[in-house]
This record gives sequence, C-alpha cells and structure tokens, in this order.
Amino acid sequence: MNKANQDQPPSDIEDSQTSSDSSDGSSKYAGLFRRPETGAFMGMALVFIVFGFFGYEKNFLSVIGSSTWVNHASTIGIIAIPIGFLMIAGELDISVGAVLPASAMTLGVTSGYYDLPIWIGITLTLCIAAAIGWINGMIVTRTQVPSLIVTLATLFAVSGLTLSLAILTTNTTQVALNAPGWAKALFGGRYLGGFRSSVFWWIGLTACFIFILHYSKWGNWIFALGGDKESARNAGIPTNKLKIALFMLVAVCTALAGICQAIQFNSAQSPTNFTLIFNTIIAVVVGGVLLTGGFGSVMGIFFGTLTLGIVQQGINFTNIDRNLSSLIIGVMLLIAVLMNDTFRALATSWSTQKKKNGGDI
Amino acid sequence: MSNQEPIIELRNINKSFGPIDVLHNINLKVNAGEVLCLLGDNGAGKSTLIKTLAGVHNPTSGEILMGGKPVHFDGPRQAQDAGIATVHQFGGTFPLMSIGRSFFAGVEPTKWYGPFEVFDRKTANEIAVKSVRDFGITRIDNGDRMVGGLSGGERQSLAIARAVHFGAQVLILDEPTAALGVKQAAHVLRIVNETKRRGLAVIFITHQVMHAMSVGDHFAVLIRGGIAADFRKGERSREEITDLMAGGETMADLEAAISGDA
Repeated sequence: MNKANQDQPPSDIEDSQTSSDSSDGSSKYAGLFRRPETGAFMGMALVFIVFGFFGYEKNFLSVIGSSTWVNHASTIGIIAIPIGFLMIAGELDISVGAVLPASAMTLGVTSGYYDLPIWIGITLTLCIAAAIGWINGMIVTRTQVPSLIVTLATLFAVSGLTLSLAILTTNTTQVALNAPGWAKALFGGRYLGGFRSSVFWWIGLTACFIFILHYSKWGNWIFALGGDKESARNAGIPTNKLKIALFMLVAVCTALAGICQAIQFNSAQSPTNFTLIFNTIIAVVVGGVLLTGGFGSVMGIFFGTLTLGIVQQGINFTNIDRNLSSLIIGVMLLIAVLMNDTFRALATSWSTQKKKNGGDI
Repeated sequence: MSNQEPIIELRNINKSFGPIDVLHNINLKVNAGEVLCLLGDNGAGKSTLIKTLAGVHNPTSGEILMGGKPVHFDGPRQAQDAGIATVHQFGGTFPLMSIGRSFFAGVEPTKWYGPFEVFDRKTANEIAVKSVRDFGITRIDNGDRMVGGLSGGERQSLAIARAVHFGAQVLILDEPTAALGVKQAAHVLRIVNETKRRGLAVIFITHQVMHAMSVGDHFAVLIRGGIAADFRKGERSREEITDLMAGGETMADLEAAISGDA
C-alpha cells in the first residue's frame, strides 16, 4: 500500500488499515485550514473586499482613507494581542478600559500639568500600569476568583481613583500635554501620508509577540497553561508567575496605547473607555482565539483587529448607514465563534479523517 | 528477585487529615521491572496513597524509601525529580497542542538563532514521535498533530512515553484504563508491560480485576485505608480478588443485596 506500512515494527498494535502515510498531497492545504488564523484572514478579506467595493468612491483604499481605519485598529491591536495571550492562558482582563485613561492621565498630570520631563512621565506611567497588572495577577492567582470579576473590580477601582486623583491634583478631568519633538515623533507622529506612530508600534509589537507565542518556550507555556492548568503545573511550568506576568504585559501595553493617545492628541482624558473592553475582546475572538483557552494565534488577532477597524471606520466611506456597523460586528462575532468551533474540530480530528482515507485505499 | 533492593518502599505509612485517619500502616515494596497492582473500592484510600507517593501529601508518620534511602518530598516537583512520575486518567496532556509541544511542555528543547532562543520544533517532534513509536504506537507518525486527535489509549501511551523519556524510575498509573474501551485498554496494558520490561517499577491503580491480573506481578488490596491482602501473581483466583475488593463480602452476598433478597 504505502511505505509507512512496510516499515512498521512487528510490535505494532494497530491494524495496518488505520495507519497511513502523512505525506498525501491534500495535507498541505488541509494544514492551512487547521491554523487558527485562517478563519480570521478570510473574514478580514471579505469585509475588505465589501468595503473596498462600496467605499471606493469615497477613497476607502487611498492612503488617507486607509490610514483612518488602520490608525483606529492600531490602538486596539496593541492591547488586543496581550489580551489574546491571557485568553489563550484561560483568563480575561477587562480592566484595560480604566488602565488606558489612567495611563494617559498619569502622563498628562506629571508631564503636562506639573511639567516634569516627558521621560519621567512615561516611566512613571508604565510602572503604575505594571503595578495594576501585578495586582490583577496576584488576586487572580491567590484567590481563585474568576479573572472576569477581579478585573471588573479593578476596572471600577482604577477608574474611580483616576477621576478623583485628577480632580485632586488638577481640578479638572482633562489635562493638556505638550510633548517635546522626540516624544512626539516616537509616540504621536504621522508618517507615510497619515499613519500614526501607534501603527508602527502595533506592527513591531506583533512581530515580537509572534516570536514569543509561536517560537519561544514561553509561548508553549502559555498554551499549556490554557490547555490544562494542573498538567502544566505538574510539568514544572511556573503557572502563577506566568499568569501574573501576562496581566502585567496587558497593563503595560495598554499604558503604551494610552501614552500614544495622550501625546498624539496633546491631551489626556479620564473617563473610562468601556468601548475598548469590548473592542479588544471582539478582536481576539474574531481572531480565532478560543474563549476557553489553549488555542489561538497572534496573526489571527492581528487580522481580527484589522477586521474591526475596517468595519468600524470603513463604514464611513460607504453609503451604508453607519449605525449598522455594530450589527455587522455582532454578526461577525457570532460567525467567528461558530467557525472557531469548526476549525478546532478540524484541528483535532486530523487522525480520524486519516482513518477514513486509509480505509478507502 | 525478592532479594534485590526495591526501587520504592513504604514503611508504616500513616496519613490522617485532622481527626480522620485515611491510611494506616501501609507497607509496600515495588521492585524494578515489576508491576504492583493497587486494588480497592472507591474511598479505600487509593488516591491518598498515590498522592502521598507523588509528593502532593506528606505522610503523617512512616517513611518512604527509594533505593534503600529515606526520601522526603515537599511537592510533586521534587517527587518527579526523584523519578516518580504519575499519569492520570486523562493523560495529563494538552488536547489543543501538537504532540511535540505537549511532550516537551515545561522542558522545551531550544536552539539559538543569534540572540533569539527558539523552540526547536523539529527535534521536539522527532523525539516525541520516536518515544511513542518505541512503545509500539506506530499510528503516531507526525509530531505536528494535535493531541486531541488521538484516541484515549494513545494519549495515555503518550503520557507514559513522556514519563519514561524524562527518566522516571517509578511510574504511577491512576486508573489508566477506566475510561477506555476494550481495544484501547489492551493498548495501554501492552504499554504497561513494555514499561515493566524496561526495568521501571510500575504502580497500577485500577478497580478492574481483569486488567490487574493481565499485567500485575504483585497485588495489594486496600480496604478502608489498610492493606487487606498482599499477594503475588497466581496466589489468588479472580473471584477471591473481586470479593476482597468488595470489602471482604463475597460476590454472592453482594448480588443478593443488589437484588433485594438479603
């Protein structure tokens, strides 16, 4: 039949019918369909074609036009990938809605209101964010309270603290910030005809995160942690430290997005950003990450974020009623979740399918 | 064989949780290349005993000896480092990870590309596939396959192969055949035999007497935390073992109780 069967040692327990060669021609394409980002890519391609077609007249595809939706996606994207890491590890973080304004305000108050050098403001902002992430991680790992509830609590705690401290120090909830040239160039510049600095941070971070999740051993730990926490701990993975580190990563990346926003708009605002919470989760789920953990990819989240950017901003370039963008997002989210289930089934049913093929030969 | 130093030995192990005594005076020895079958009904203390062996619990009194020397474990990790590996009913593997990645979770092989330390997928897959194939599971031929696509028996085999690869001397199998069909169970039992042939001490926990009898060299029946019977292969019949497991009542009594005649 095939070579693999002849090479089998005599101790083979399986009947030869069920074992078949792995190098059949179709497996290359089948392998593509098993990847978690395939669905996300197809979804993105679909909305891109639709909006590109209906928005062509209003310059959806021009440099200025595309920078609009890419800029919008970049803020979400910087936060969504670490959120995706957490979700793969089986946890959730919704405190980002408060950490983003808290970071912007910290920078605004220190370097705007009090006029301290911008690098001091940035360092302080990142440290405070890391501390919030650490608190999230410590509470989740020490208490077994679901991370949704823990971060819901910190969401409100941090947002209350931000408002009250802002009033206490500056007597307003909004501060102006004038960053020096280098900081403006690094965090709030416009390049290539309209693309914000945050877009390049997003692309750079995506590359780093691809390395971490898919090529380093830490990525393996994250998948193992989300797959089966108990087994991961038995295998010697420092599960608690890893979780705390991931919560800190989310908070620090959120702070980076906040810094970019404050510097690019020359002002910081303190109201809680509830939309961001939903946007990041939608981007991650549309990106093919399994809500229950253990499965997902960085490129998938990248595509998911772009999809969100296209639908939320690209609708302005078409004659479609812009209120329908939420409807489109809702339907896409539902389709994504259903498709994720199918892809996961495909991913795990590799051998069962082979069994069928083997039987036919 | 009986003169050789046992790989692992329990001496007068007692374990209580507060006022509740779970284990009393457990004495057991397991030699290299031998399978000890630990039989017992639910609640007999099997789980507590293996958790004590695996370093999850510390015995209240008594000592564990490995290779003649007393050992003390502060956690499962220390027991593993000492060579005691536990494979649980569901295999301790990650369904949505590839075979190679799952096999090396926590101990990833890496290689350096300039400043980057990269997970060595090729090596991981090769070693994982080879280790499992050495146990006769030739249907696993691609380390990139998802663990979730394997059958229950194959996942058990993968977990056992993993333990053996990482230098386990004592392999504790917690009900490995409980959730499996007949063919899959036979699969796992062959792996157990192969493990034994390689000189490991195997502690096989089950309540299926047939499975125990097909691989066991030595049997211990646990009833209410104590060892009710300790015998070698061929010393008792299947009916006697079944009766012992049911707590000393004979099967006939039990059947009568079930049908409501008693």
